[in-house]
Amino acid sequence: MNNTSSTLFDKVWDSHVVRKIEDGPDVFFIDRHFIHEVTSPVAFGGLENRGLKVMFADKTFATADHNTPTINQHLPVQDPLSANQLKALETNSAKYGISHWGLNNPKNGIVHVVGPENGITLPGMTIVCGDSHTSTHGAFGAIAFGIGTSEVEMVLASQCIMQPKPKKMRINVNGKLAKGVTAKDVALYIISRLTAAGATGYFVEYAGEVFENLSMEGRMTVCNMSIEMGARGGMIAPDETTFAYLKGKDKAPKGEAWDKSLAYWKTLKTDSEATFDKEFNFDAADIEPMITFGTNPGMGMGISKHIPVSQDTASGNASYEKSLNYMGFHEDEAMLGKKVDYVFIGSCTNGRIEDFRAFASIIKGRKKAEHVTAWIVPGSHVVEQQIKEEGILDILTEAGFQLRQPGCSACLAMNDDKIPAGKYAVSTSNRNFEGRQGPGARTMLASPLVAAAAAVTGVVTDPRELL
Amino acid sequence: MAYDKFTVLTSTAVPMPIENVDTDQIIPARFLKATERKGFGDNLFRDWRYNADETPKKDFVLNNPVYSGKILVGGKNFGSGSSREHAAWAIYDYGFRAVVSSFFADIFKNNSINVGILPVQVSEEFLIKIFSAIEVDPKAQFEINLPDQTITILSTGEQESFDINGYKKHNLMNGFDDIDYLQAMKEDIQSFAEKSLY
Repeated sequence: MNNTSSTLFDKVWDSHVVRKIEDGPDVFFIDRHFIHEVTSPVAFGGLENRGLKVMFADKTFATADHNTPTINQHLPVQDPLSANQLKALETNSAKYGISHWGLNNPKNGIVHVVGPENGITLPGMTIVCGDSHTSTHGAFGAIAFGIGTSEVEMVLASQCIMQPKPKKMRINVNGKLAKGVTAKDVALYIISRLTAAGATGYFVEYAGEVFENLSMEGRMTVCNMSIEMGARGGMIAPDETTFAYLKGKDKAPKGEAWDKSLAYWKTLKTDSEATFDKEFNFDAADIEPMITFGTNPGMGMGISKHIPVSQDTASGNASYEKSLNYMGFHEDEAMLGKKVDYVFIGSCTNGRIEDFRAFASIIKGRKKAEHVTAWIVPGSHVVEQQIKEEGILDILTEAGFQLRQPGCSACLAMNDDKIPAGKYAVSTSNRNFEGRQGPGARTMLASPLVAAAAAVTGVVTDPRELL
Repeated sequence: MAYDKFTVLTSTAVPMPIENVDTDQIIPARFLKATERKGFGDNLFRDWRYNADETPKKDFVLNNPVYSGKILVGGKNFGSGSSREHAAWAIYDYGFRAVVSSFFADIFKNNSINVGILPVQVSEEFLIKIFSAIEVDPKAQFEINLPDQTITILSTGEQESFDINGYKKHNLMNGFDDIDYLQAMKEDIQSFAEKSLY
């Protein structure tokens, strides 16, 4: 074996295999387990039925996010089913000694926002959560991916899951991003090129100048969207940007432990001789602000282009037509100028401070379009606080916007934040599936800049015209 | 969670020749509020199955009495999107025991096996043959044989084999799950954890 031939992914994966099962999966050790109210109660019920305990409560962190209201969080939750689920998370966490950041806890927020911002997520870790966007944490050079509830139960009971090692893919994007082109556009561009299933079975490493130059927030946005092309997760080698972000974070190592960790983290990169099962190269110059026109995240396009005609697409004609019918769009139409009813900025994809800074950069000195309903939802209370401290709240208020309270909100519309049937939303979230943002809702995924441009003009607008 | 052992399943099948059927379609988020695993089958494909006023949508396959069976046949990239195991629970609770497609999303595939549904991945060509067989005769029977790892269109005798790793196959055939296995190796996990960095 030659040590110089491993990838970042190999290094982290191989160091977490407790046992290899012949003609079966690896028994894979998990360093951090995030849980939330929706995918954990049945897992706790399973433990109970089997008479098992949580093996390492200190490696598990609970936060309420999927099913929480984004207004009046100080009042009792109205929907009895939601209230019951939140209560179950609280009770189960208390029973097994798990850290729990419930509603109104100042640390509360979307699981994939609060993990990193508190230094719970660190390079070289293995991280799982019953949520497919766990891939977000890969931005730190961690192997992070979503799991089902049976697997949540496994991790609670044994700190391990059974996983065959995925194949490896590297996606290189080199060059410099043009003005108005953000991490979200890079992600939507890659997915549009690979399709919504293009990376299924693979774990992705993002490499090249573009990712090196992204902030941690931007890297999280990119890794977050890995699942939207079917990849279990995506990761980026930790570097000085990563270390600077982590230094001083609440649960990050301190003093001597920091130095020791740092020395290890610096080894976490793909060796020059290492090979991948698949590799893609893209040029930053080809990427413009993106928007989706269909009902899966692979159906994205440059905002100035026309909707592709079905012969040019990878998916079957019938599925393509079904998708455009749902959206009320036609082949070869322009997206620019299409009416927008709702704008949603937030979610684990684009609910961090940088996203609200970008949003504010466009709305500053402008007014919200009258017919647009805008939901501005920070990813956490920490982000909410930053929005206030940096004067972004004043800019929002002046332009006619209101700031809501943290949570997953209209990204999956489990709470009351539902886009009405037939209405068009420009959303900074991650999925444009049929009914994702409410039954009959029509979602166009885009960056915070595109969302801001739509919010002030009331139609799909190229943000570069407003910068 | 215990489930029925899976060996040989002979059944008619329900065709859903749509690509990229995501788990939000299989079970929309607003039905994920339960804290117990029961009743999810009622909301399987809720928004494709029912109108806003709760009346059934006549043109949806699950509302068409011509089609029935324990096998669901879907288009490419079945089960993409959210990791919600509720999607697999809903399919199981409705009465399906196997899902056939030419391509499955990873998490859905894992979740299915973990709840006792067999995901059968076939070639594009064979998938088309399955859809045609159902089109010719909605009562066409299929045999999914897990020990032999084959799926057969009984009306034509056409057969294809499918992949599943030996460990998962053994589990499904015996109704075991991963927790049984993991509990039996707790000492190894404990000593691994003691050496772990985090």
